[in-house]
Amino acid sequence: MNASSTPAADTSGVPSTPAATPSSALAAPFVEGLARHELRFQRCGACGAAQSLARHACTRCGGEALAWETARGTATLHAVTVVARAPSDAFRALAPYTLVLAQLDEGPRLMAHADAGLRIGERVTAGFFVHDGRTLVRFARTDPAAG
Amino acid sequence: MTATAWITGVGGTAFGRHEGQGALDLMAQAARAALDDAGLRRADIDGVLCGYATTLPHLMLSTLFCERFALDPAYAHSVQVGGATGAAMLMLARELVRGGRCRHVLVVAGENRLSGQSRDSAIQTLAQVGDPDYEVPNGASVPAYYGLMASRYLHETGLAEADLAEFAVLMRANARRHPGAHLSTPITVADVLASKPIAAPLKLMDCCPISDGAMALVVSATPGIDGGDGDGTRVALAGAGQAHRHQHLSAMADVMDCGAAVAARRAFAEAGLGVADIDHLGIYDSFTITLTMLLEEIGFAPRGGAAARARAGDFSPDGALPLNTHGGLLSFGHCGVAGGMAHAVEAVRQLTGRAGARQVARPRHAFVHADGGVMSSHVSLILSREEAP
Repeated sequence: MNASSTPAADTSGVPSTPAATPSSALAAPFVEGLARHELRFQRCGACGAAQSLARHACTRCGGEALAWETARGTATLHAVTVVARAPSDAFRALAPYTLVLAQLDEGPRLMAHADAGLRIGERVTAGFFVHDGRTLVRFARTDPAAG
Repeated sequence: MTATAWITGVGGTAFGRHEGQGALDLMAQAARAALDDAGLRRADIDGVLCGYATTLPHLMLSTLFCERFALDPAYAHSVQVGGATGAAMLMLARELVRGGRCRHVLVVAGENRLSGQSRDSAIQTLAQVGDPDYEVPNGASVPAYYGLMASRYLHETGLAEADLAEFAVLMRANARRHPGAHLSTPITVADVLASKPIAAPLKLMDCCPISDGAMALVVSATPGIDGGDGDGTRVALAGAGQAHRHQHLSAMADVMDCGAAVAARRAFAEAGLGVADIDHLGIYDSFTITLTMLLEEIGFAPRGGAAARARAGDFSPDGALPLNTHGGLLSFGHCGVAGGMAHAVEAVRQLTGRAGARQVARPRHAFVHADGGVMSSHVSLILSREEAP
């Protein structure tokens, strides 16, 4: 796969916050998506399986035709921790902070920040924030009234 | 009949703080002790497998070690699968010996992980087992990955934090019987629960310490110069198996099926044994949750039942299934690759009746399991005691 499968270029009115340098071409669409406040994931063109993380091949069928899509941002919490001991100075200012594994409604699992006090099984919606020069995801409890 | 591989020598340093000792210094101490134990000379060693050292990230650690330690092997390289490295090296040494490539393979690792770098540096190096785009940028650390995994495991099994704490207490009690252990202050379940929060539900005492130290073993094509240890006991590497199902926590499909059972099944099949034949355990315990999940997935306790077995004394030195009688990573200490090798070294000492004051009823079949990453790479080994013919 290459950049041709990434979503359309920036247009006015689309949010844009600092992007990190991706570790590889493979993950670039995900990292660039965060800066545009989009949660991007790959889906297999052959079997339709949505992928967690960035892949060179489908984890279900091995197919190599993986296309990037943008998730709606709604998810269910799969795992929750509160980090009291930050690994670096950049995160010490935030500690204690809540990290989660969220199961996106489209299927992929995503590690991200979350509001304090959330529990496994709760419905959440993704938001974005900037920390230490990168755009990161923070989940908040889905407002039931918002449907 | 397929050839058997034998563990003919073991050695190691105390774990803790070895100020001024570099990785190669510590490795040399362990290697010298293992060669002495095996009754072998340097010229007898024709294979060398080294782990990696985070304080000495050299491209050719095995060659470097051989130069310093005056070895001239016909086969040597390093191996790198995180915490599973030591067990993976023993499995490979077994294959080298059974295949006829080597007669005596020295397996060695060690590093000054505690005194050779700042704590922040150690924590950041280790965090890189996470995904560089999806996980690490969130300010995640190894305890955070394990905290997330623990939250899910407790959710699915109904286990409580006090259940995990049982294993911290047991490992500390065991470590108190070993003069080389890093941590030996007695602790209670209440102490564990009250210890400093690290990454919920894990507290400081759910996490292993960072230590300096080294371990070495010799794997041979013959049972030993005297046909075995003092009383003729020989230790065979009777079976081995691996599984590698994911690297990152985000890619772990199911906390109830992380790969440990698959690796164990492969090892049991090779040895022609099952869970019920095992009477000694050396199980990787980087965190209390690691030990709980491995015991339950492999089948040494029912799901959600490991803590109950611990409370009943089954895993204690005088129980049916003594576990990490040296104190494990949680209290004997963790210096990287050698930390996971200490379980195998202890199993050999118990099998051969040379565990001194902490000797348990002589086991017949020990099961050793190590994992690297976030339950990512799994290696199971079965060590069997055989009397000289």
